[in-house]
Amino acid sequence: MHIYLPIAEISVNIFLLVGMGAAVGMLSGIFGVGGGFLMTPLLIFIGVPPAVAVGTEANQIVASSVSGVMAHLRRGNVDIKMGIVLLIGGLFGSTFGVWLFRELRTLGQIDLVIRLSYVIFLGIIGLLMLVESGRAIRRMRSATTPRRKLHQHNFLHGLPFKMRFRRSKLYISALLPLSVGFLVGILASIMGVGGGFVMVPAMIYMLGMPTAVVVGTSLFQIIFVTANATFLQAYINQTVDVVLAILLLLGAVVGAQFGTKVGGYLRGEHLRGLLALMVLAVCAKLAFDLVATPIDLYSIGYATGH
Amino acid sequence: MIVRKLLTILILAVSFAPPAEAEPLIADLSESVVKITTGFTGTKVLLFGAIKEEGKIVVIIEGPRHPLAVRRKQRIAGIWINRTEVEFTDVPSFYQVLSSDPLEDWLPLQTRDLYQIGVEYLRFDPKTNVGPAEAARFREALIRNMQRIGRYGVLEGNVTVLGGQLFRADLYLPANLPTGFYSIEVMLIKDGDVKSIQATPLLVTKSGLGAEVFDMAYSYPALYGVLAIVVAILAGLGANAIFRKV
Repeated sequence: MHIYLPIAEISVNIFLLVGMGAAVGMLSGIFGVGGGFLMTPLLIFIGVPPAVAVGTEANQIVASSVSGVMAHLRRGNVDIKMGIVLLIGGLFGSTFGVWLFRELRTLGQIDLVIRLSYVIFLGIIGLLMLVESGRAIRRMRSATTPRRKLHQHNFLHGLPFKMRFRRSKLYISALLPLSVGFLVGILASIMGVGGGFVMVPAMIYMLGMPTAVVVGTSLFQIIFVTANATFLQAYINQTVDVVLAILLLLGAVVGAQFGTKVGGYLRGEHLRGLLALMVLAVCAKLAFDLVATPIDLYSIGYATGH
Repeated sequence: MIVRKLLTILILAVSFAPPAEAEPLIADLSESVVKITTGFTGTKVLLFGAIKEEGKIVVIIEGPRHPLAVRRKQRIAGIWINRTEVEFTDVPSFYQVLSSDPLEDWLPLQTRDLYQIGVEYLRFDPKTNVGPAEAARFREALIRNMQRIGRYGVLEGNVTVLGGQLFRADLYLPANLPTGFYSIEVMLIKDGDVKSIQATPLLVTKSGLGAEVFDMAYSYPALYGVLAIVVAILAGLGANAIFRKV
């Protein structure tokens, strides 16, 4: 059964879309990640124009983040003040990102930039995760846990405009979360991701936030940043396909619930290793497409009139 | 654009209007509107008609013309990157030739050129300033790309003539059919000359939920953006409520 996607302007099997939503939703349930960084490349692989894949994915992430943040809010695992500072940076970042998106589209380079960003980010994150999980598995075997400080002090703590974040037990410069938010906001617009995979490590290692509040706070600010990206992508670029977003969502919601249960039975270190391999596989496929000689050196596209 | 297309159709219709019963060719379509609904996977429209003189039939389906950019990739630091771009004005978004007989054998090149019969005879010009050789390369590439995605094609022998008087042809329109006003030109050709032409308009339009989503996204982008967010938030809250109880 096929469905015609009005903005992507292609006809796709409805079960394929719901299935993809379920599969990525399940992965995000198992691994506790947003899944945008897997879904956007998958959409590109099945023929959705990269620009529409990115805009639509931002829309879908709004839904999955709203669903995800509720549990964290109930448990009080959200540092609202930190979230607000992050999202102010994020709003600027995502607005800048959508503007950049439009400029690149006019130049005919947006598809390339989307693919390149994915290769770079997936490559780095995949490798880091693989190394980290390998180390964790080894550490588990030797069974010695090194004592860690609450957080390391470095030059970042010398920056001005200091603010107190009680929930995170931090007294740091507001510039730090602002710039982290800004960078992740750009990613939300250009790559159609929530940016959790960049935000979470940045919060832990750069800001030094306690791990308990990291995921909830990240989800909290992702809602607003991806909502802003969705609005601007729809308003400026007309690249949000609501029909596609809803179909993916249907699958993702159910998949995520199963994923969470399955995830409970598996070992964390092995899970992360597995996810790392998957991320690297997607990265390799995208990289191959960029390097391999295309069937036709010439391509056609909408005239942008310059 | 649409206005100009309508005008062309109107002029064609007037100039080839039947002077009483002298018209040697009449043709019509089984439908005048093709609706692209949510479940659209392509469709078939029947073209039928009658001829009063002996001759061969050529049918040209042409979709609305738009500007189109053709880009050439070049390898830079190992990666294929779009480098050169040539923009063409008034490129048919869809073009298909059907005929009662193979075209090569009997149709003089002047006629093919004059009536744009066959992809190599299509007329559209580069807007970008490029040399003739480069323009030709990009033109060829444009046609090749359009053929690959099934937008351009030639189907020789797909018009059936019955008893020398009636003819019919099935026009297969693919799933990726561009929307807008199409013109279906039917020509009666005898001894290499076009004896008669009739142009029938065909409207291809999005319809149903898909059409409404599309119209809204382009006509009221701000409202569309807000609604997209509201739908997502409600879906998120709904999912949370359902699975919390389970």
